[in-house]
Amino acid sequence: MSEVTADTVGSIGPAEVPEVELYHAHTWLTKYVFCQDAKVIAIQYSLTAMAIGLVALVLSWLMRLQLAFPGEFSLIQSDNYYQFITMHGMIMVIYLLTALFLGGFGNYLIPLMVGARDMAFPYVNMLSYWVYLLAVLILVAGFFAPGGPTGAGWTLYPPQAILSGTPGHEWGIILMMASLILFIIGFTMGGLNYVVTVLQCRTRGMTLMRLPLTVWGIFTATVMALLAFPALFVGCVMMTLDRMLGTSFFMPSIVELGQQLTYSGGSPILFQHLFWFFGHPEVYIVALPAFGIVSDLISTHARKNIFGYRMMVWAIVGIGALSFIVWAHHMYISGMDPYFGFFFATTTLIIAVPTAIKVYNWVLTLWRGDIHLTVPMLFALAFIVTFVNGGLTGLFLGNVVVDVPLSATLFVVAHFHMVMGVAPIMTVFGGIYHWYPKVTGRMLNETLGRVHFWVTFVGAYAIFFPMHYLGLLGVPRRYYELGDTAFIPASAATLNVFITVAALIVGAAQLVFLFNLFWSLSRGKESGPNPWRATTLEWQTPQTPPGHGNWGKDLPIVYRWPYDYSVPGAEQDFIPQNQPAFAKVG
Amino acid sequence: MPIVIALVLIAVGSVAFHLWNPWWLTPIASNWQYIDATIAITFWITGVVFTAVILFMAYCVFRFRHIPGRQAAYEPENKKLEWWLAIVTGVGVAAMLTPGLFVWSQFVTVPANATEFEAVGQQWNWAFRLPGKSGRLGTSDVKYISSDNPLGVNPNDPNGKDNIVIVGDDLHLPVGKPVKVLLRSVDVVHDFYVPEFRAKMDLMPGMVTRFWFTPIRTGEFEILCAGFCGVGHPQMRGKVVVDTESDYQTWLGKQQTFAQLSTPAK
Repeated sequence: MSEVTADTVGSIGPAEVPEVELYHAHTWLTKYVFCQDAKVIAIQYSLTAMAIGLVALVLSWLMRLQLAFPGEFSLIQSDNYYQFITMHGMIMVIYLLTALFLGGFGNYLIPLMVGARDMAFPYVNMLSYWVYLLAVLILVAGFFAPGGPTGAGWTLYPPQAILSGTPGHEWGIILMMASLILFIIGFTMGGLNYVVTVLQCRTRGMTLMRLPLTVWGIFTATVMALLAFPALFVGCVMMTLDRMLGTSFFMPSIVELGQQLTYSGGSPILFQHLFWFFGHPEVYIVALPAFGIVSDLISTHARKNIFGYRMMVWAIVGIGALSFIVWAHHMYISGMDPYFGFFFATTTLIIAVPTAIKVYNWVLTLWRGDIHLTVPMLFALAFIVTFVNGGLTGLFLGNVVVDVPLSATLFVVAHFHMVMGVAPIMTVFGGIYHWYPKVTGRMLNETLGRVHFWVTFVGAYAIFFPMHYLGLLGVPRRYYELGDTAFIPASAATLNVFITVAALIVGAAQLVFLFNLFWSLSRGKESGPNPWRATTLEWQTPQTPPGHGNWGKDLPIVYRWPYDYSVPGAEQDFIPQNQPAFAKVG
Repeated sequence: MPIVIALVLIAVGSVAFHLWNPWWLTPIASNWQYIDATIAITFWITGVVFTAVILFMAYCVFRFRHIPGRQAAYEPENKKLEWWLAIVTGVGVAAMLTPGLFVWSQFVTVPANATEFEAVGQQWNWAFRLPGKSGRLGTSDVKYISSDNPLGVNPNDPNGKDNIVIVGDDLHLPVGKPVKVLLRSVDVVHDFYVPEFRAKMDLMPGMVTRFWFTPIRTGEFEILCAGFCGVGHPQMRGKVVVDTESDYQTWLGKQQTFAQLSTPAK
């Protein structure tokens, strides 16, 4: 039976479980600090993630300064360069993007979009944020530890990660392991909340196939996280044991700078399998919420239902499932049995099909739409451009033999920044400009938003598109200086300078965004409850920002899917999900 | 309208940049031209898709921008179009995967007439070992490493005695002959990477990894390490010199064997 018809009233089943009484906070500490309201937790996650993300952004400027002007800055040497790239990568992937999409957007939007009062386990949800914050603090402690943070690369490959040739091998690597382990514990606590809330706490009439794609994206990503993070967890535990107790999980017989070490029998490639079994789903854990959010941004701002909603849901679930059987495309030249290459290249290129379908459906939503070029829409369009670019370069790397010359070059760095850095960040910004009025009751400043958009979009493209060609040339990654390398022409150095200048300009533009974020809190135009005239439930709350318990006395009842935009014959160009019938015109 | 112009410029500009930028694959010096050909096919397919999607987007944003009175269409799905697009995508993916896997099957199949040499990596330099007149490399182990046995060749293995050991010097190879590279690390992960040869492979401590190639022109080629191995990673360089057959024999004649190196000169 299709859910995707214009006016579905039908019969709404009774509530399956009685309403649970929420914890009502009375002290300042329990209202604003140890708060169990998912909306407050969401803001805590988001602000923490953005703060640590700014640290990672600054680190990227230092890296770019070294690459453009090698040797010019006495403060940037080989060991701290590697510490910068490691912390930059780990923070951006895990502590910013994963935390922001799941802990930030997930906590705020899931209960509201499914019509619940809060998450299923509010106390555990509250604890999850504090575990995350502790994980962040331990990570940051690395900067102050003797020897500094680890410089092993975000991939942390043994044996080098725990040996003396790598910076931070004394304390930094241990702090990194502890931080990751805590992060995973915190995210299991949060993740169980997101999954159970979507499955069990949907309001009456909210079937799975009436969920907004934002929820599908975050939900699927969370299921994947619960299945993938354990691989990283055990890898970290084993590496910590190798480092602290001298076990040999990942350590074969080694002569390190002339000294025979006492390790023997371990397998460094085992770590790579464990890491990438986590690591590949991880990049989709970052991408799927972005996919969901961008679908909702495009449909709302183009006043048109998302094209092919059912295929979009299947594509999200399919991509999530397939992402668990492609991991060794990160290991094509690791020395693993080369026959694995046939299998993983095939699965990797297969995953391109549902991904492409999603791209076509976004673009087909624009087709015959009524496109309002608001700031969220601009960022959504920027997402499509950068995601298509980054996704297509993935086809080069996924095709095993093409990966042979390109892996470990700047082609890979350009690819993953474009597809996982630039594209999802476009949806983060789009989502913030879109939902800020819900969270604060005010609009972000339009002019500042456009300035932020143009510099960020064009600038980020200018940083990473040309970088692919340095990789094609053969310029390796993780080189803090190229030195005198015969096959690299002088023009490559010029391009490095150009990329650095672009990066610094894009970095500066983020200050405009930060200013806007805080300035609009008190000076932004008042938005009213539904400034974008959107259909999804979060915009239909009785108060804006929503009060504790979200819905006042009565939970909403859902009668339709989330994409009743521009329904023929309807009075308005949108019908909220909780509106039973629409008055026909004419 | 700025965004429409930006989208068109990005599509057109990216193609123009691709065609006219000075950075392309370093001129190839090995038999792996098929890799370059697969890269070219992939650029064609992805280039067409990228340009088509972005230009179509630009058209949609222009044609369907909001003006007073416009109403969007209401079209939840179109099964026929969605299946057609999925099938076309599948064909495009197969068009890239098929040549790619064909070349990969060549990559994993070492020619029977390939000679061997071993590249040994450590933080932060390269060393090499060639089979001597017996044609076989002796076994090795990290536990045998010492100052006069830097590569850890097994002193009890008779096959190792005539192995040619090259430490702190260039490797030479004869042009036109397929060669299987055995890779061994005594400490951490490294990668033996010569951009002109295209083929490369990680050195994984605890195991011997391998790949093969045939040098097709003479010249000097720099070896870079392409597996992050600590602070000396960018300085871990070596050199491969591809010689004519006669130059190669001359060079070979001058090299020292393991037996000579590990016996102190009288």
